[in-house]
Amino acid sequence: MDIMLSDEQRLLKESVERFIADEYGFEQRKRWVAEGAGYAAENWATFAELGWLALPLPEEHGGLGGSLSDVAVVLEGFGAGLVVEPYLATVLLAAQLVADGGTDEQKADILPKVAEGQMKLAFAHTERQSRYNLPDVKTEAKASSGGFTLNGQKSIVFGAADADLLVVSARTSGGQREEDGISLFCVAPDAAGLSIRAYGTQDSHRAADLTLENVEVEASALMSQADAAYPIIARTVQQAMIALGAEAVGAMGALNELTFEYLKTRQQFGAPIGAFQSLQHRAAEMLMAHKLSRAMVFRMAKAADTGDEALAQAATATKVQIGKSGKFVGQQAIQLHGGIGMTDEYAAGHYFKRLTMIDALFGTADHHLTAFADSSNIS
Amino acid sequence: MMMELTPDELTFRDEVRAFLRDNLPDALRQKVQKDQHLNRDDFLDWHKILYAKGWIAPGWPKEYGGAGWTPMQRHIFDDELATAYAPPILPFGLAMVGPVIMNFGNDAQKAHYLPRILSGEDWWCQGYSEPGAGSDLASLKTKAVRDGDHYVVDGAKTWTTFAQHADMMFCLVRTSSEGKRQEGISFLLMDMKSEGITVKPIRTIDGGCEINEVFFDNVRMPAENLIGEEGKGWTYAKFLLGYERTGMATIGRSRRQLAEVRKIAASEPVGEGTLLDDPKFREKAAAIEIELLALESLVLQVLAEQAAGGKPGPESSFLKIKGTEIQQAISELLLEAVGNYAHPFVPEALEHGWNEEPIGPDYAAPAAPHYFNFRKTSIYGGTNEIQKNIVAKMILGL
Repeated sequence: MDIMLSDEQRLLKESVERFIADEYGFEQRKRWVAEGAGYAAENWATFAELGWLALPLPEEHGGLGGSLSDVAVVLEGFGAGLVVEPYLATVLLAAQLVADGGTDEQKADILPKVAEGQMKLAFAHTERQSRYNLPDVKTEAKASSGGFTLNGQKSIVFGAADADLLVVSARTSGGQREEDGISLFCVAPDAAGLSIRAYGTQDSHRAADLTLENVEVEASALMSQADAAYPIIARTVQQAMIALGAEAVGAMGALNELTFEYLKTRQQFGAPIGAFQSLQHRAAEMLMAHKLSRAMVFRMAKAADTGDEALAQAATATKVQIGKSGKFVGQQAIQLHGGIGMTDEYAAGHYFKRLTMIDALFGTADHHLTAFADSSNIS
Repeated sequence: MMMELTPDELTFRDEVRAFLRDNLPDALRQKVQKDQHLNRDDFLDWHKILYAKGWIAPGWPKEYGGAGWTPMQRHIFDDELATAYAPPILPFGLAMVGPVIMNFGNDAQKAHYLPRILSGEDWWCQGYSEPGAGSDLASLKTKAVRDGDHYVVDGAKTWTTFAQHADMMFCLVRTSSEGKRQEGISFLLMDMKSEGITVKPIRTIDGGCEINEVFFDNVRMPAENLIGEEGKGWTYAKFLLGYERTGMATIGRSRRQLAEVRKIAASEPVGEGTLLDDPKFREKAAAIEIELLALESLVLQVLAEQAAGGKPGPESSFLKIKGTEIQQAISELLLEAVGNYAHPFVPEALEHGWNEEPIGPDYAAPAAPHYFNFRKTSIYGGTNEIQKNIVAKMILGL
């Protein structure tokens, strides 16, 4: 009995876990990662069918109006299965921005298609110089006859090469690191002047760097909050950070399971290696890291659902907790496996890599520790 | 670095520096600097340059071709090589099987193998670990059965670094399954070109292919390839573990890498400044530097004790544990330094001759693979847990 989850969430959890167990084998995943878009189109269709793509989207646009906690349930399952489909890029980032900041037309046009699995999106925001500083945007959008002209560069845009539409942040006013003056635009991936350099990532996802050279968009491409998109971006990224926390928790849980099984079965010195106390203590610490992180992530997801104020701190705290725990669990899992943990053909290393790269997404644990220290008011 | 050198040592350092400046090929230096994969010829080319100079095995006794240097000179040499981005000198022949042959081999073996190790004619690999024998090495099962003038070897070794390049393997084999497990182990030199040996590469999580599985199927090896006595292989292997461990500390390379991380941090913009302006980052780098300083001090002490004929104590294990912890800490700091550009996986960028525009800064591509790859260091050469067991046994005797 999982007291953190509602009855509905328990059903959702079961359905995700069933999908991972039945449809998302590690060997199959290897093939999907190596071919074509780097994931399976049939999985995306399944996500649509099961309502996972619609889950956090607003009900008036074909969504299910689910909470961040609901999303966390799905992402925990995805973490356990090392899911590579572009859920973060499409649903959690770009579609969320549209839902939050899009015009009525954009919402009506885009969101139902996302929910049905007919449209994939990507969010182009990070830039070469911005590191983890969210308002650092140099890409410019200048008003031109009938629309805007975009110039600049975007880094590590997950899902960009496979997206049907890009949500691009650009500065319409203000200085490079100011929160004011950032706007969001819908840009077609085949727009003239937009070049996409795609690559695989360390953890078998796909991303790309974008160059925008005099990319012309119509006035209707601008989302509703001209100059004032930053709060929407911040909120979306913070929610994504908590969702990623849930994914990390799922990865830690699965990796621990794999490691504990290995400790019980691998024989050295005439005993399972789990019989040695130093490894027993390590295993206990790994489980503790997982359990603390899981409890915290689901609580933070709920807290974040109660309003914006709590969200920023919840996201930052989550990122610290899962960054530290993910690193510990990942490193120790490799260590306890020994040589086999270092091999590409075995799953442990892939969990380790995913946990490592989740920490590097939207700011590492150390980055957010500073942010948390700066923001926390202890009275 | 605060290292007080005598005038003689300064002269020696300058001599090494001048030699490196004039003799380390630029292409090799660049490969090392960019953390690109080195191929067989890269290692061998550099080996032969040092060999020609008489500097390939400074630690060997002079009679076998050693340099006759003081411990400090050897340390300076290692440090200068690392600082100059020279390829690492692989330990398998020079630091591992060489000393075993010197101490336990017969005259014919010494005369045959030692010069070939020095010249680089034989590339050696180490045949210790097996699928079922990792930390518990004594449980190894690869069997060598005496048949007239030969041993017939059957079994498998794994995690064998650079077996794909090797001419020879020094191999622990089971010649008896009676009595104490350790007493049934022998030290056999295997010609890797023999019929019945198959090498299968293992891809690691960083995308590299340095390690291998090696299978022996009815491999016939002349009995003269046995080192010392049958059943004494464990003793020789243990001797080897205590020998030349100062190299495991990799002080020079770690210091160079730490300097690189600082350089990278200085070019990573954070707000108005750079990552190197971040006091937290600076402190993390400083903390590693201090650990490195302590480790270096221990290395110098061990080298001095070794030169005075002292037996290796727990320090061998300390050098391994702390050396690898420092290497891993630096790899974490590097990963942190490159920020978002840790994500792209560009294996081509780790091969020589890749001329495309890098994705992000040119120093980013090796960061994550290096971090992943260096998790091996606390596993290989006796895991850090096993090292602690060894030390605990020395201290407590329980």
